[in-house]
Amino acid sequence: MSDAKHASFRIGRRGLLLGLGATFALGRSRVAFGQAAGDRRLVVIILRGALDGLHAVQPYGDPGAAELRGALMLPEPGQEGGLLDLGGQFGLHPGFANLHAMYRANEALALHAVAGPHRSRSHFEAQDLLETGASRSMTSGWLNRALQAVPSAGPSRAGIAIGAGVPLLLRGPVPVGAYAPPGLDRPSEDLMYRLAELQGADPRLAAPFAEGMRARGFAMQTLGAPSNDPDRGSFPRLAAAAGRLLSESGGPRVAALELGGWDTHASQAGRIMGPLRLLDDGIGQLKTSLGAAWARTAVLIVTEFGRTARVNGNLGTDHGTGGVAFLLGGAVAGGRVVADWPGLAPGQLFENRDLQPTRDLRTIAKGLLRDHLRLPEAAVAQAFPDSRDAPPMAGLIRA
Amino acid sequence: MLVVRPMSVRGYIAAIRFGYGLRLGEAPPADPEAWLVGQIDNPAPPPQGLTVAEGFELALADRAARRANMEAPRAPNGRAALAEAIRADMIAQAHRALTTKEGYRERLVDFWMNHFTVSRRVGAIQPIIGAFQRDAIRPHVTGRFADMVVAVARHPAMLVYLDNQNSTGPASPVGERRRRGLNENLAREVLELHTVSPSGGYTQRDVQEFARLLTGWSVESRVPPVGFAFRPATHDPGEKVILGRRFGDGEAEGEAALRFLAEHPATWRHLATKLARHFVADDPPAEAVRALEAVLRDTRGDLGAVARALVRLPQAWDRPLAKMKAPMDYVITAARAIGLPEERADVILTGLAALDQPLWTAPQPNGWPDGLAHWASPEGLMRRVDWSYNLAGRVPRADPRAVAAAALGPLGRAETATAVGRAGSVRDALTLLLGSPEFMQR
Repeated sequence: MSDAKHASFRIGRRGLLLGLGATFALGRSRVAFGQAAGDRRLVVIILRGALDGLHAVQPYGDPGAAELRGALMLPEPGQEGGLLDLGGQFGLHPGFANLHAMYRANEALALHAVAGPHRSRSHFEAQDLLETGASRSMTSGWLNRALQAVPSAGPSRAGIAIGAGVPLLLRGPVPVGAYAPPGLDRPSEDLMYRLAELQGADPRLAAPFAEGMRARGFAMQTLGAPSNDPDRGSFPRLAAAAGRLLSESGGPRVAALELGGWDTHASQAGRIMGPLRLLDDGIGQLKTSLGAAWARTAVLIVTEFGRTARVNGNLGTDHGTGGVAFLLGGAVAGGRVVADWPGLAPGQLFENRDLQPTRDLRTIAKGLLRDHLRLPEAAVAQAFPDSRDAPPMAGLIRA
Repeated sequence: MLVVRPMSVRGYIAAIRFGYGLRLGEAPPADPEAWLVGQIDNPAPPPQGLTVAEGFELALADRAARRANMEAPRAPNGRAALAEAIRADMIAQAHRALTTKEGYRERLVDFWMNHFTVSRRVGAIQPIIGAFQRDAIRPHVTGRFADMVVAVARHPAMLVYLDNQNSTGPASPVGERRRRGLNENLAREVLELHTVSPSGGYTQRDVQEFARLLTGWSVESRVPPVGFAFRPATHDPGEKVILGRRFGDGEAEGEAALRFLAEHPATWRHLATKLARHFVADDPPAEAVRALEAVLRDTRGDLGAVARALVRLPQAWDRPLAKMKAPMDYVITAARAIGLPEERADVILTGLAALDQPLWTAPQPNGWPDGLAHWASPEGLMRRVDWSYNLAGRVPRADPRAVAAAALGPLGRAETATAVGRAGSVRDALTLLLGSPEFMQR
């Protein structure tokens, strides 16, 4: 962690604020509590593998973008196959139809140039820190520690993990529930292709492995392109299940999901489509199945880090730093891109390669705990120890 | 200071080729040969479980209750006592495989369990398969083969599985009175599968003669002493000729015939070939088979000596390790590699079922196939990675590179290490490790 380096960048950045309000600049002002905290629902979706924030939310208004992003630049809003407009400077990847509809309904926020307090380009280390919410290794997740202050509303436990296993995010002192529909969980398409590549070392395994993939509907000839993976529906179905569970009045109040497949080191334009569609489909399903509870829900979508600002030699991107997070839900004060935009010009990149992070992800999570789940200050501090330098972000939630 | 010894790769080969791999946190043996040979002489006690008497008693109580339309006896957790006890036996076996420090011995147990297959597909023996392993297999895994053949043929699990308990000599008192007759099943499988194999040149006549000799070998499941029972009233009288050898009447003559077959030269060749196929290669090198065959012949079937000879085979240490792991090996080695906690041994049982090799459930008396042609099927590989992905999802946090290094050591390829290191999540990384060709083989 390099506070000094981080601080020096704060001086030089543009301080560009996009979207409607200057909410985050309001500092520590608190919103009034209008509702019983117990009604609120919080969903956290971890995107494992590092979503390329510059691809998902493209800063087409930044003059430096075209040169860096090259083949990954999408046409500007209004053109064929173009970005979905986010208010003039940023455009959303056209695969995010549901997300864009939420944005236009003022139910979604994009938070750009964000990162955790660490500067690790290791997936595993960065995911660990993202989930523990600390700048050092811990054995419990911030969401679990936050649950210590969230009473369960009925027979269900307050927190629930959706999918196979309980992510570190939800591990810790508070017992949580787990939900995994049987037979749904299969490796992502991208992972299957990587496994197939590994079999190349042994033709005796490579041939039947390829045959097995063909039988499951993978198209080997379009390696890297989206295909009709029969389990494409897995994440949306999990998301729908999460919504159903959370919509029950005595049900869990906090849920965690995860979606992998974002580690797009090659052929990113094609390979990102699979997980991107799953995510967009999933949040659509989540909203539908939450029903009336959507109005009291906030969904935080985070990834461990961003990717390199420059396209690499395989039309992909490598592990970077600053990225994007999304916040959506009926409780969210949306319709904005929140970014203290650092810029993409030479000299503005972090270590001359990555988007410079200008917002600590912990401020967003802490803001949700305080203003959405209405946790007292001490409980927020328990979830995020040693985070005085990352005060809760205000204005994320409708007053 | 870390000293990299040139022999270190042999430590990994010893653990992977001969055993169930290294459990996370377990170091490869410093002296691989001594580690393997050391497992031959001083085995750990077998896992605990039902005795034959207990198994039959539970089964009888269960059946009696159902016949009377009453509720079957329950275990404290509310499940049927019989099913719960059977499951406990299977869990005990899975737990042993997960935690053992005697991987080679356990692999030998598995090999001989498969050689002498009894299967849960015959429901009546489900409560006594664990006992079969403890009574008939484990005591002889490094003992004398003929003793194992006799112990197996006398065991109620085998007698019921291969239908010998009611085989009746046509000329026996019961046979003459009730017009019952021979059941050739056990006699045929002892010849074909357990001992000389078809290359032993037996004929249908030999099968019938042997079946006559084994009449009366039956099971007492109700009245103590429960277990093997020789019933003279169903034993076929008169001389029997098996592969040219003459046998007379009675239980002892049946045992003599089993020992004769167990020490037949064709049996040495059959066992040597199967062992070499299991521990060396699907198409075993002729010199390896010859070496094992010679040890069996010279020691009259000392399985401890054969286990030592396997360790000495130069071909058993050849790289790359190209024996496709059967699900039995794969699931256990994967669970050990990721450090599955010992209280979750049930995960091994569900894994075996998911990969089509459920524990103690071979489809036929010839046991599970042993080879790449069977286990590297397209759907089999897909299920393998599905299951690995689910297993990997149970790991809350890990350094996958360290897990990969601990599991494979120098046997792991650079491509695999790179893929593991670059994966987008711990789960993906571990799936790549477990799905790599070098992990799927031994």
